[in-house]
Amino acid sequence: MRRLLAGLFGLILVGGVAAWAVTAPQPLPDDALAQGPGDATRGARIFWAGGCASCHAAKGAKGDDRLKLGGGAVLTTEFGDFQPPNISPGRDGLAGWTLAEFDNAMRRGVSPDGRHYYPAFPYTSYARMRPADIADLFAYLQSLPAVAGQPAAGKIAFPFNIRRGIGLWKRLYLDDAPVVALPAGAPQAVRDGQYLVEGPGHCSECHAPRDKFGGVDHARWLGGAPDPEGRGKVPNITPGKLRWSAAEIADYLKTGFTPEYDSVGGSMVEVQANMAQLTDADRAAIGAYLKAVPAVE
Amino acid sequence: MRMLAAILATAIILPAAATAGPIEERQAIMKGNGRDTKLGGDMLKGATPFDATTANKILANYAAAAKAFPKHFPAGSNTGDTEAAPAIWSKPAEWNAATAKFQKDTAAAMAMKPTNAADFGKAFGMVTANCKSCHEGFRIKKG
Repeated sequence: MRRLLAGLFGLILVGGVAAWAVTAPQPLPDDALAQGPGDATRGARIFWAGGCASCHAAKGAKGDDRLKLGGGAVLTTEFGDFQPPNISPGRDGLAGWTLAEFDNAMRRGVSPDGRHYYPAFPYTSYARMRPADIADLFAYLQSLPAVAGQPAAGKIAFPFNIRRGIGLWKRLYLDDAPVVALPAGAPQAVRDGQYLVEGPGHCSECHAPRDKFGGVDHARWLGGAPDPEGRGKVPNITPGKLRWSAAEIADYLKTGFTPEYDSVGGSMVEVQANMAQLTDADRAAIGAYLKAVPAVE
Repeated sequence: MRMLAAILATAIILPAAATAGPIEERQAIMKGNGRDTKLGGDMLKGATPFDATTANKILANYAAAAKAFPKHFPAGSNTGDTEAAPAIWSKPAEWNAATAKFQKDTAAAMAMKPTNAADFGKAFGMVTANCKSCHEGFRIKKG
């Protein structure tokens, strides 16, 4: 009996230690970390490609107010209500952060105090970003106005409120490999577009369905999904549904008008405002990549 | 003969007018806006030559559309084959502000009476900025 109890206790202990180990935050290895100093001017491009303002600036902010990153509107999902934090350079934001801490937040979803971030912060996409772009983005964020105050924390439902569990989730879904296997001869524009869409642009976070644990379904990559905020539908933007030319896609991202002159709407309005800040070459690359991805029917 | 033509015309127009509900009415207005925006956009892109008469007609159409549009959202017309967002009825102050801005901007654009493509571009841009700002919160794309 005693041996059985000891055995059971041992099993629980081993199980607990194993669970603790597999759910532990995994920072980037030192030799993979972004090296500074970054270039703030180049970082502006990454900032708009990454859509940071859409979540971290106040809801409905226009013009220069989109650069005040005090934390934006709550993101309401089936897993809970997520509150984007202050990421301005002020003391309620990123003041005192090192580039290594920022890099671990962006590409590993780990906070400076070693906790997991919720994947409402799309680090599963940002994980594919280049270290140099992380450094440039960090430099750019430092150049923005400091905003005081930290918004109230969101409300997350059990069991998702146990952050440690995200460690397990990350083992399933956090991967920095490119998603679409492009043919060897793929044009450079398609490759550039792949980086922008799969990495900083994090398009599939809304444009692909998620499984029941909230991981993006790579088999239906960019194939459309229910609106994460519970209204309407996010469209399929693969060649299976989207018939626009690469140039028309680029033009839509620049102007907000479809080839038929229907207008951008819903959450895409914010995204398009970000995309309008990119260069024509970057928008053309996004268009080229979207024409090259596998068609989802 | 003239009588016959009149009867024919009535016969063709009346059934459509009699059966069109608010959803069809407002969709028809938006379709018209889309056609006008394509016409204007093509002129500004240089795909078609600039024509001042057409340009001013487009701006007049916008102003008329903006005036008529808000009348077609009566209570109860929020369900059915519509992309109108619930916010239209649940946030009336914001909705009224958006439609008032659309009316103000279209009236101002029409009053500019542009005679060249550059001026038309300004008037056109002022009007079409309303498309996305309004569709951001008040339209739910279903397609």
